[in-house]
Amino acid sequence: MTGRRGGRPLVPAYLSTGGVARPSRPQLERLTVLSGSGELAPAGLPAAQLALLDALRGGSLTVMEAAALLELPVSAVRVLAAGLVDRSLVLARAPIPPAERFDPDLLKRVADGLRALKHN
Amino acid sequence: MAYAPSSTTSGIHLPDTARELVKILIAGPFGVGKTTLIDSVSEIRPLHTEERLSEASVPVDDLDGVREKSTTTVAIDFGRISLPGGIVLYLFGTPGQERFRALWEDISYGALGALVLVDSRRIDASFDVLGLVEESGLPYAVAFNSFPDAPRHHTEEQLRAALDLEPGTPLVTCDARDANSSIDALLALVQHLIDRDPPERR
Repeated sequence: MTGRRGGRPLVPAYLSTGGVARPSRPQLERLTVLSGSGELAPAGLPAAQLALLDALRGGSLTVMEAAALLELPVSAVRVLAAGLVDRSLVLARAPIPPAERFDPDLLKRVADGLRALKHN
Repeated sequence: MAYAPSSTTSGIHLPDTARELVKILIAGPFGVGKTTLIDSVSEIRPLHTEERLSEASVPVDDLDGVREKSTTTVAIDFGRISLPGGIVLYLFGTPGQERFRALWEDISYGALGALVLVDSRRIDASFDVLGLVEESGLPYAVAFNSFPDAPRHHTEEQLRAALDLEPGTPLVTCDARDANSSIDALLALVQHLIDRDPPERR
């Protein structure tokens, strides 16, 4: 069980997205990988979108990790990320490349990987 | 400060080799040791998101009713293990009470399976979560978290009967504080997923 952190974000979740409740790209999953595209952010980008871009400067993050870092609900990060993808500022990649979605070896490789961890 | 500066996020960013991201749910009632297990194997300190229980179930505001919309939140803990070959395994600590149903559906989407943690001192606390897992069709294994004062006189048959488990459902004991023990429990689940046929991907 986890206690709530004392500090709350200054920007409430419902304001962080500018009042938008549904992402423009519904396919963003919790494990969708977000990366900065390297494009320069235009002036006037909302603070919450800038904060997400800033978090991606150090590397890629999943939607879930971005939500934890920004202390925003996953639903809000989906809206923010979708907006940034629409502006070509962020690239979104599915958790598993579509071609490997049905890879029968995936589970075996997970098991092998877990076994290898045990010897550490 | 509204947002964590990026300088504190090092170590949380995905390794460049990350190629396939998969997740397993660590499901169980409050206090059963979900976060302890995640912490024992995660390469990052467990993170959490605050989830509003009402958001997924209330698509439209009901202006007629006097009933207040619930704003209860629940913390979802998660951790991450990078495996060789570009696989990144996420562990999502998922509470299983009936009132989390809508959240459960969102979190379980695309999951490989669930490891259901059970406290043998209060088996009945796990009935709700087992119900949700079975309803979602997610394959699962059951792991008894071995609390020091847990009763040890139950036989496996008794525990299986108490939980009404199918004969093929793996049942293991683990110490969630111990990384190797937690990995063994995860392996029991993954082996179960491999043995199931035909593998139906969600």
